[in-house]
Amino acid sequence: MKENGTENDVLIRCKGLTLGYETGVVLTDVNFDVHAGDYVCIVGENGSGKSTLIKALLGLLPPRSGEIAFSGVSAREIGYLPQQTALQKDFPASVYEVVLSGCANSLGRTPFYGKAQHARAAENLARLGIADLAKTSYRTLSGGQQQRVLLARALCATTKLLLLDEPVAALDPIATNDLYALIRRLNREEGITILMVSHDISCALHDATHVLQLSDRGVVFFGTAAAYRKSPIGARFLRCACAADYPRIQFGVWEEE
Amino acid sequence: MLSLLREIFSYSFLVRALIVGSLVALCAALLGVSLVLKRYSMIGDGLSHVGFGALSIAMAMNAAPLAVAIPVVILAAFLLLRISQNSRLGGDSAIALIASASLAAGVLVTSLTSGLNADVYSYMFGSILAMSAEDVYLSLALAAVVLLLFVVFYNRIFAITFDESFARATGTRVSRYNLLIALLTALTIVIGMRIMGTMLISGLIIFPALTAMRVCRSFRGVVLTSAIISVFSFLAGMVLSYVMRTPAGASIVVVNALLFCLFALIGKLAKR
Repeated sequence: MKENGTENDVLIRCKGLTLGYETGVVLTDVNFDVHAGDYVCIVGENGSGKSTLIKALLGLLPPRSGEIAFSGVSAREIGYLPQQTALQKDFPASVYEVVLSGCANSLGRTPFYGKAQHARAAENLARLGIADLAKTSYRTLSGGQQQRVLLARALCATTKLLLLDEPVAALDPIATNDLYALIRRLNREEGITILMVSHDISCALHDATHVLQLSDRGVVFFGTAAAYRKSPIGARFLRCACAADYPRIQFGVWEEE
Repeated sequence: MLSLLREIFSYSFLVRALIVGSLVALCAALLGVSLVLKRYSMIGDGLSHVGFGALSIAMAMNAAPLAVAIPVVILAAFLLLRISQNSRLGGDSAIALIASASLAAGVLVTSLTSGLNADVYSYMFGSILAMSAEDVYLSLALAAVVLLLFVVFYNRIFAITFDESFARATGTRVSRYNLLIALLTALTIVIGMRIMGTMLISGLIIFPALTAMRVCRSFRGVVLTSAIISVFSFLAGMVLSYVMRTPAGASIVVVNALLFCLFALIGKLAKR
């Protein structure tokens, strides 16, 4: 299924994966490889098992059968960007505190953050262009800025792999484009592997190298973005999605950079 | 003022109440920040009602009140946490159910045995006479444990309070820390409720955190400010209660409420 890349740079390999809860099976026979440097867009309707797959990738839901093999990265070292909760929106915390909390997975048995972790937080603040916000309160930021902060936190937890769950769900078009541009830069210039769950198919068209489509309890498509565009499944899904996105194409929002 | 303080310190039962109370206020404030931010404020209220039920039953059976109340309330804390995390009943209504049921059980048992006497009244609204030397040691130990754990796990507590799913994903054992917070909250409530009263102890947990959140921008700021506010309100409330001859619990909560209004006003003005 995989066109480019070699066996050596496989980061995640899902083989014969079946996932489910006590109430029943959600996904069966999921097979795909993620290579270093890929930008994988996971799409599918509501209830198609996207969140279940995320839980399994994060190691929070043990597979019923099959396996998820990581090489060069562990489930703990995934930079995860969860969907924002209502509770967070007015949380009294400084931007720096939030970003630093991304280093929690490297704390081990020590209770406090050391110099290396503080340096890392500062570096990631600068990397995402929010160093000047470090002392600002998280709750006073705009939605786009909040996502940047959470992305900086995710980068503190990882050096290789970001897992983004609907990162643009609550953003306006301009902030959406900013965030996509940022993710693209992290992927192309810094070689960070991206796994992104999205309702917004435009990312699949524009930035992704690969598309994973879930439906009816399984994977209905996995392959390169180019192949996806040509496939009947992709063409049908894109047609619906593009109808919804029409105004944005119209006004050239996609033509940035 | 000085002579007033000297007068207060000349009563050994008042000194005991001051020591126990300020330590409990400190613990309640620290735990309260996390509870309030995680939307678990009602757990404090629920636990105090369970505590009332347990204390009344212990009294009816002539058992040592704390020996009965502490395990029962800890058990209830674990149960309430479970319920509010994953229940079809809905966390808030489940807590209300358990709270009123244990309150009712306590009242029934007491009225069937000794009758609703002064002891029950003091459990409801608190009494500074209730503190023994044993309570002083217990609260010292509790405060030491809460402070130590809070400092040691501060960064993890922040992580799970701010974002459970991220913390879980990066390998923090979230449910373990939630249990720890519930356990410490249960202990704080059992020890504190005899000064503050069943009806008012939850104010000690909720008010300082909410007051601090009006003006503070960082988590650390909220934690430190709420600790200071809580101890200050307790001491000011005690002085007020001594001078005005009012019940301690109510006086302390009134000071807390006034401070909340003041901080809310400052917060509003600072935003402009």
